[in-house]
Amino acid sequence: MEHFGYLFAAYSIIFVVIFLYVMFICRRQAALDAELRTLEARMAALTKASDESASSQSQPDA
Amino acid sequence: MRANFFKMNSAIRNGLGYTTLALMIVALFMVFDYVPPEAEQGIAQLIFYFHVPLAWVAFASFGIVAIAGIFYLWLGDQLWDDLGYAAAETGMVFCTLMIVAGSIWAKPIWGTWWTWDSRLTTTFILWLMYVGYLMLRASADDTPQVARFGAVIGIVAALDVPIVIASVRLWRTIHPAVLVTKQGGHGLEDPRMVTTLLVCLAAFTVFWAWLLMLRFMQLRTRSRMGELAVRIAFASAAASDKQVMEPG
Repeated sequence: MEHFGYLFAAYSIIFVVIFLYVMFICRRQAALDAELRTLEARMAALTKASDESASSQSQPDA
Repeated sequence: MRANFFKMNSAIRNGLGYTTLALMIVALFMVFDYVPPEAEQGIAQLIFYFHVPLAWVAFASFGIVAIAGIFYLWLGDQLWDDLGYAAAETGMVFCTLMIVAGSIWAKPIWGTWWTWDSRLTTTFILWLMYVGYLMLRASADDTPQVARFGAVIGIVAALDVPIVIASVRLWRTIHPAVLVTKQGGHGLEDPRMVTTLLVCLAAFTVFWAWLLMLRFMQLRTRSRMGELAVRIAFASAAASDKQVMEPG
């Protein structure tokens, strides 16, 4: 079992780095989801404001 | 139509993920339990079964960076830039691991972690060029000009890949030429070695496809969200202008 340490080190490093990269992708995905929710909220607010403006314009002056 | 596309995408992504898991388990079993170690190098030679697939997926990534770069320069479509960026990033991870695994193998076999051999030097140049590519992308905004610079760097850097592959034949080197020896044929004496290498290659190819797809889809979403944010900003600016023009 000579050089087992080198073999163990090589495979450990490969799997640790791969795991870290997958974690990095997952974190990016979470950040992207949060950004998407913000955009959706802004879009909803904008649509609501636009609808209110349209309905106030369509009401005849009393 | 769009919902079907995303469903299919998600199914492919999950399929690749589960296939990667299964193949990696089989590959690890074969490396540590099935294949005999090479007579002279002993157990350290088992690093080879992950080192070669890492090199393959790194080179495939850099090939995709170059192809995506050519299409981006030709068509100017953001999709190609996103694909190139995703491939460069995954390629960089695999290239770094390939160098590290090779270096760990070299210490017991060559007696040194690193030597300025032709194969190692050309690989290091390749790695440096992609570090440059990723530094450019990370430090600058996502403008078409930066994407064009990135595409050019990606294409130029990929020209080094055939040089890396041919380096063991072109120059005097101590790096083993196992897959295609100078005498022709491969240097794997036992059929179990060939089978193990093929399984490891399959495992890493599927894994690479999975990672590339994940990262590419993320970058596509980010690009589309960027366009949407600009539209929302314009729409809200237009709405506030309208309120100023029509007070009360």
